[in-house]
Amino acid sequence: MAAGVAAWLPFARAAAIGWMPVANCPMPLAPADKSKRQDELIVLNVSGRRFQTWRTTLERYPDTLLGSTEKEFFFNEDTKEYFFDRDPEVFRCVLNFYRTGKLHYPRYECISAYDDELAFYGILPEIIGDCCYEEYKDRKRENAERLMDDNDSENNQESMPSLSFRQTMWRAFENPHTSTLALVFYYVTGFFIAVSVITNVVETVPCGTVPGSKELPCGERYSVAFFCLDTACVMIFTVEYLLRLFAAPSRYRFIRSVMSIIDVVAIMPYYIGLVMTNNEDVSGAFVTLRVFRVFRIFKFSRHSQGLRILGYTLKSCASELGFLLFSLTMAIIIFATVMFYAEKGSSASKFTSIPASFWYTIVTMTTLGYGDMVPKTIAGKIFGSICSLSGVLVIALPVPVIVSNFSRIYHQNQRADKRRAQKKARLARIRVAKTGSSNAYLHSKRNGLLNEALELTGTPEEEHMGKTASLIESQHHHLLHCLEKTTGLSYLVDDPLLSVRTSTIKNHEFIDEQMFEQNCMESSMQNYPSTRSPSLSSHAGLTTTCCSRRSKKTTHLPNSNLPATRLRSMQELSTIHIQGSEQPSLTTSRSSLNLKADDGLRPNCKTSQITTAIISIPAPPALTPEGETRPPPASPGPNTNIPSIASNVVKVSAL
Amino acid sequence: MGAVGNSSSLQTKQREPSKDIAWWYYQYQRDKIEDELEMTMVCHRPEGLEQLEAQTNFTKRELQVLYRGFKNECPSGVVNEETFKQIYAQFFPHGDASTYAHYLFNAFDTTQTGSVKFEDFVTALSILLRGTVHEKLRWTFNLYDINKDGYINKEEMMDIVKAIYDMMGKYTYPVLKEDTPRQHVDVFFQKMDKNKDGIVTLDEFLESCQEDDNIMRSLQLFQNVM
Repeated sequence: MAAGVAAWLPFARAAAIGWMPVANCPMPLAPADKSKRQDELIVLNVSGRRFQTWRTTLERYPDTLLGSTEKEFFFNEDTKEYFFDRDPEVFRCVLNFYRTGKLHYPRYECISAYDDELAFYGILPEIIGDCCYEEYKDRKRENAERLMDDNDSENNQESMPSLSFRQTMWRAFENPHTSTLALVFYYVTGFFIAVSVITNVVETVPCGTVPGSKELPCGERYSVAFFCLDTACVMIFTVEYLLRLFAAPSRYRFIRSVMSIIDVVAIMPYYIGLVMTNNEDVSGAFVTLRVFRVFRIFKFSRHSQGLRILGYTLKSCASELGFLLFSLTMAIIIFATVMFYAEKGSSASKFTSIPASFWYTIVTMTTLGYGDMVPKTIAGKIFGSICSLSGVLVIALPVPVIVSNFSRIYHQNQRADKRRAQKKARLARIRVAKTGSSNAYLHSKRNGLLNEALELTGTPEEEHMGKTASLIESQHHHLLHCLEKTTGLSYLVDDPLLSVRTSTIKNHEFIDEQMFEQNCMESSMQNYPSTRSPSLSSHAGLTTTCCSRRSKKTTHLPNSNLPATRLRSMQELSTIHIQGSEQPSLTTSRSSLNLKADDGLRPNCKTSQITTAIISIPAPPALTPEGETRPPPASPGPNTNIPSIASNVVKVSAL
Repeated sequence: MGAVGNSSSLQTKQREPSKDIAWWYYQYQRDKIEDELEMTMVCHRPEGLEQLEAQTNFTKRELQVLYRGFKNECPSGVVNEETFKQIYAQFFPHGDASTYAHYLFNAFDTTQTGSVKFEDFVTALSILLRGTVHEKLRWTFNLYDINKDGYINKEEMMDIVKAIYDMMGKYTYPVLKEDTPRQHVDVFFQKMDKNKDGIVTLDEFLESCQEDDNIMRSLQLFQNVM
């Protein structure tokens, strides 16, 4: 609950009077204001700068240093003020948090200093308001990255704890800087890629003449040498590919990745060539295949981060590029048509067809102007000049757009991921706050009831569990409790803690079982909402080992169908049980079964009364024999896939 | 002083007679902007502390605490319905408190102006926390009487009960059935409607409530809230 709103709690509680005539059940008692303190000003001296505020302002957040009794450690008896030897600038923000409920992060503040101060005052940084949260997270990430880089260079020499051989190999492939062997491998492959590319290029250079024949390219003159070089390169690439395949954590994914496809395409022509050298017919195709050898140059992208970024940005700019292409195509077609018809009349015109004019249009629009095709007619020249002018526009306009798109999309991607992560974090914070408040409510309800029960039954075993909630908290919880009583429903929240707190008072366990079954009966044909667990967090806040464990089990099930069926099976259990015994104390529950629907609200109230009544009696004689006569239903329900129920229920009957 | 407070910090406008169209247009724009500003900068100052102390059952100290909280949340001095709903919703994280908050707002806003000033707020709180049983019940009757015609009929009661159930939210145990609110209303009417004519008048309401011990007891529940 936000701090500022705490001041409105009296109003909310007063408004609750509107529920009173509607409610059918009596309301719970209000928490007593034990210490009726007048609001007083307290002085906080932070390194000489004095801040003053009301005591109640600080007490809005009881789990921080200033809101709890921890600040008493800093109380200076002589000057009657609280002295903190900390930064007053940051303290200003901290104090404003208490006043307004919003924690701000000032931009001029160093992130680690701010974090230290927050940690000192016991404030979680997640509470930072949305206005400053993005800035805070950015700064924190930068800082963390910087620290991480420093740490990385430090930790380079340390060996990772027990990585398998395969994992070390993969790591070596991905980060060549991790070990010298990896670095050597990295450079060797890079060298061979370069050698292979240069070989392909030099192969085609004319290498002087052999007497008696025309000029030969080097590839044919020194074919053996080139063949050896090629073989060596391909062997290295093959070995590298196989090693990567072996080391890859997910081979299937590796095979599908772009880099491995490039690798395969780079080495395939060689093997195909080996296979096919004898056959003359397909040698033409073989020659074409050699073109693919140039793809070896793409292997450099493993060695260059920039190439990878370029590839990625091109991919993400695909729509812009597509638009450029489309508009160009449109313009080309238009102008080619116009030029063709304009030059149709002139003799010996090169513009033989519209597709032939495409070449002229492209060359003109891109302002290349080779001059192999020129218009001769006046109309052709006019349209030609219009074409070249528009070419400048059509080409020049999208290119800066694309370039700016590169940076925009690149940063946007980063920001989108950032925002998504932050949104998730923010939603998680809100959810935590919400469930925190309702969990706190259920928690305190349970504690409240438990404490009452302890007082009445006199068992001093359990000490007061959990910390006593502040007055505001208890008043808020009382308000929610009143609402529950008015409507006859109760809050249902997934609380993993429910299963942890076990009650040692057996009677209560039993009562819960009874009430739970009864509620099951009443709501037998209902579909449960698709909450994760219809767990027992109802009136009897004292959840039991059995019920809680059951609910815990339901929590982990993925579908909501199963809980419903589970309950039905438990219903059958309870049917067996209730039919089996004729105890008079059950008349209330059984009569409630026979009650008409419109009195359905009554049992809820009655059971709560029953609960309280029985709590006060140490050992109700009517109920204990019942517990013993409960038949252990070994194989109860129709669901065979929940054997755990049987074991759980057996535990209950073992009581 | 409350009404005068509306024109809090605005300067008086100086109008020079001029025939220049451009100047005229400029003035018109400025006036429009100032009007808009005036709308947003409405700053209401409540009546003096002594007056409020005389009018309500609170002490000066309590009024101070109340006003501090009020001003913190609504610096402009008035609460509009949106803010009211937001504030009230904070106390009920799981359900939807907006409908009930709407009815509450109408009950607080006795003059039906659409905004609740501090005086209205404190007057209502004074009745609810420090008033006599009679006053509290009358206030509650006013709350239930949505159209303020002096009678509560079943539809109004259904709306109120539905709004209360909405505050619990979806995840409740046991799950809210379709006709539970209707049954609740039927029970209520059975108790309150003495002459079975389908509507509950103020006298019937007062009489029935005073007969019911539960209600009487729960009305005293919030005595020590301040």
